[in-house]
Amino acid sequence: MTSSPAVPAFTLVRPQGAPLDPSPLYTELRATQPISRVSLWEGQLSPWLVTRWEDARAVLGNPAFSTDPTHPGSPKDTPQGPRGFFVNHDDPVHGMMRRTLTREFMVKRINELRPAIARLTDELLTDLTELSEPADFVEHFALPLPSLVICELLGVPYEDHGFFQEHSKVIVDFNATAQESAQAWASLSEYLLGLVETKHAKPGNDVITRLAAQADEGGITDQDAADLGAFLLLAGHETTANMIALSTITLLSHPDQIPHILGGEEQVAGAVEELLRYVSIVHGGLRRTAVEDVTIDGVTIRAGEGVIVPIHVANRDPEFFTAPDDLDLERANARQHLAFGYGIHQCLGQPLARAELQIVLPEIFRRLPELKIAVPMDEIAFKQDTVVYGVVELPVTW
Amino acid sequence: MRVEVDVPRCVASGQCVLLAPDVFDQRDEDGLVVLLNENPPAELHDAVRESATVCPAAAIRLGES
Repeated sequence: MTSSPAVPAFTLVRPQGAPLDPSPLYTELRATQPISRVSLWEGQLSPWLVTRWEDARAVLGNPAFSTDPTHPGSPKDTPQGPRGFFVNHDDPVHGMMRRTLTREFMVKRINELRPAIARLTDELLTDLTELSEPADFVEHFALPLPSLVICELLGVPYEDHGFFQEHSKVIVDFNATAQESAQAWASLSEYLLGLVETKHAKPGNDVITRLAAQADEGGITDQDAADLGAFLLLAGHETTANMIALSTITLLSHPDQIPHILGGEEQVAGAVEELLRYVSIVHGGLRRTAVEDVTIDGVTIRAGEGVIVPIHVANRDPEFFTAPDDLDLERANARQHLAFGYGIHQCLGQPLARAELQIVLPEIFRRLPELKIAVPMDEIAFKQDTVVYGVVELPVTW
Repeated sequence: MRVEVDVPRCVASGQCVLLAPDVFDQRDEDGLVVLLNENPPAELHDAVRESATVCPAAAIRLGES
């Protein structure tokens, strides 16, 4: 069964003409064989693909599925596997590492950042409208906004924002070479370690200051503090940027629903949840390995076998979401989406992501009521083969 | 309705605080859940039920009477 030629290859390619819908292969598998094998690395691995919403939650919420990519059966994208950080550990190690950061994303702490997010949004939109049309909405708004918010969060001094921006831009640049992005990482890592040292002497009200204090107490090292800062940049920059760009495309393609994003606080919050469900940017699938035999929905997954949970497919499950391929900014159960994952690894930064989207999306349409995409939809360059879905650029007029 | 929280399970996603801020809070030192009201009034029951459903760590338990 595992090496049968009938096993379809795992793919990130979206259907022609429907770039925000999942591959029809997955839609069909969800209806006919909701837990079935797919092949990775030209058949060298054949993990299970779990496509229903309920089964996806059952896998992601079960500690019998490990995120550690060093398991031999782990369905990682390359034989080497991904970069480290606590995402790739199971509890109790994951829990201890995660708790060095949990207080930083508390709802009340993120609420303190809201005025800064609103100010940065305003400044960037003002700068954008001073450019000649058409201008690239990704380069001039969607990418710099989250990077500047991370500067605020980490406590990067204003005079260093240019340096920080310039290097974070290279890291997420679709066209950068491996060497260019490695150099940008090295510069930022060195910068963050220096920032930890500065914060020991001159503390502020920011994440790096509090991580430096944890280092003073001996719980972590200065290097750990710098690495956690880099991790936050990695986790919060491109994801939020793509979510802003794809949400903007989605809203422009559903102009009748734009009034919802301009509504009251509660209406905007609900609209953002539906956009998170509909867009589901992390389309590379969440990866797990069973550490014991588990039966889900009648299918037994054996210890050592890999599992891929494509959350963008589960978020379009018609058994749970009525008319799932329709955007409905008033959908009652939108909040039950799996866009941030589910289980103990669910996105730590979700309160920040929500705050950014709730502030940014209404402001875009309030400030730029004539916003239009300057090319036909089928000429937009979608990132078809990256773990986080998005667009390379988005030329707009306003 | 009686609400119980399992603090060691909590992963500080903050969703319960967004949905039912009169029932759930987060402690300052690590963002883990604090139960403000174990017998919330009827008008908050829907928000509390939704909090329990979306909690990624299944750390909220409800006793419905």
